[in-house]
Amino acid sequence: MAHTSMSFAVQASYLIATLLLIVGLKRMSSPRTARNGMLMAGVGMLLATVVTFAYLPGIYRLASSAAEQQGAWWHRLILIVIAITVGGIPAWWSGRRVPLTEMPQMVAIYNGLGGGAAAAIAAVELYSGRAYLGSLAFPVIAVIGALVGAIGLGGSIIAFLKLQGLMGSPRIIARNFINGVLAIILLALTIASIFPHSASYAHLSVDSLVGIFLIVSLLFGILITLPIGGADMPVVISTYNACIGLAVGFEGFVLQNPAMIIAGMIVGAAGTLLTVLMAKAMNRSFFNIWLSGFGDVKAAEAAGGVQQVMKSMDPSDAAATMAYSEDVIVVPGYGLAAAQAQHKLWEFVQMLQKKGVRVRFAIHPVAGRMPGHMSVLLAEAGVPYDLIFDLEEINSDFATADVALVIGANDVVNPAARTDKSSPIYGMPILNADQARQVMVIKRGRGAGFSGIENQLFFGDNTQMIFGDAQGVISKMIQALKEL
Amino acid sequence: MMTGFVALYIFMIAAIAGYEIISRVPVILHTPLMSGSNFVHGIVLVGAMVVMAEARGPLELTVGFIGVVMATSNVVGGYVSTERMLEMFKSKKENA
Repeated sequence: MAHTSMSFAVQASYLIATLLLIVGLKRMSSPRTARNGMLMAGVGMLLATVVTFAYLPGIYRLASSAAEQQGAWWHRLILIVIAITVGGIPAWWSGRRVPLTEMPQMVAIYNGLGGGAAAAIAAVELYSGRAYLGSLAFPVIAVIGALVGAIGLGGSIIAFLKLQGLMGSPRIIARNFINGVLAIILLALTIASIFPHSASYAHLSVDSLVGIFLIVSLLFGILITLPIGGADMPVVISTYNACIGLAVGFEGFVLQNPAMIIAGMIVGAAGTLLTVLMAKAMNRSFFNIWLSGFGDVKAAEAAGGVQQVMKSMDPSDAAATMAYSEDVIVVPGYGLAAAQAQHKLWEFVQMLQKKGVRVRFAIHPVAGRMPGHMSVLLAEAGVPYDLIFDLEEINSDFATADVALVIGANDVVNPAARTDKSSPIYGMPILNADQARQVMVIKRGRGAGFSGIENQLFFGDNTQMIFGDAQGVISKMIQALKEL
Repeated sequence: MMTGFVALYIFMIAAIAGYEIISRVPVILHTPLMSGSNFVHGIVLVGAMVVMAEARGPLELTVGFIGVVMATSNVVGGYVSTERMLEMFKSKKENA
């Protein structure tokens, strides 16, 4: 293979570039270092690209015959520059111009195109016959990478269209049957593409065989993504991101390019874990999302209407979210005092303040077990009075708060008091925690509170439950802030 | 040339590294990190350029061309979008 003759300079640059990509990705996983990490990854990518570009004339000379070289290597170089311009300028423009709210679908499309590129690499290697020269591992890995990359491209296009609101979830007649048949055809095409001689039995050239294989893969990606609802698209995009990382790693093996192998595999593994974490944060099951492409779609609708679910959140995620918000209102209740967590809470709040977050305490008149109980407990822990507000003073501010952190309080934030005439607490003034952009509730268990009344707040769309003892949860949040 | 087992070792170690890198990431970074790792697999551009340089005949050249176009979109779009998402962490950092 021609690819193995990379010069020392190229190999050394790939080594540095790969290191930069890995360390950059690592730094991207913490809010404090994320931007710096992105810059490092960017430098690594630029280095790998520039060095490879400089090396292209050599590759061209090695690969082409003497007669072709009459056409001069720089013709090819110009074509490559044109390709980079054609791909780069629209991507740069759209990436800059698209509003941040529409970013997820842009990520989907850039991601899918990476998969398409992996499939294109495989196609050229198969067309040229180079992939068939060495051991069987080369065509196997090239073809599987192409399969995954093309499915990723097809699926990402659908994800883009759905998030952009250009497409719903159409019901396809006999979908399971069609998918099944297509999967069998795709399997046959995959195997046939690995063994080029099989093409001659079907009176096809390798070129057409591989072409059909890629088109069917693309179609399959489209079909399996079609029935998945728009709300689940982040998980879908993340899954394709991981798959395409894998495809890039595979094509890296075919080209014997270590930078592609390592960067691709790392994205494959990191992306898989990220997908699982995302599904968990959204309170959705990874398998349910993907199987909705095959099973019945009604399950999701039923969950919304009849049986309600509480969304749970990790203490460290809650801490990080608060650290990067502007305005937090803490609603302490008896649970805080029972857990003797007020000192810890104040420590946590001071850390938030150091990060520039505005934190206030909202005290309901009946918070705690007697009126005024809570203010005393907080003052004892060292909370200054000017941070403590009572119901009338602060209630209108919840609507503009980023996070309402409810700790061990229940009835005093139960919206049923406003709306549900049959509720025993109907008419009681409550703290409007439910109006905050995000509500986080630290609570020992899933049961109803002191009064035994179910609290609709805990099932709200903007509510995340952090289950556990207040003392333990706040300790974990402090730990998370220290590591941030 | 990398033999089968050396490549397998690299695959394995890279997979473990990738897993470790992400294992402690807060929810607010999920989307930027997905976008960032999307950018990282844009390294496919390197391979696409090599393949296009090697391409012989109009079919290979056309597919190679499409490959470079798509890979460049991946890299450039991935970088610009991640950078924009991470901008929201800038002002906060200076306050702290």
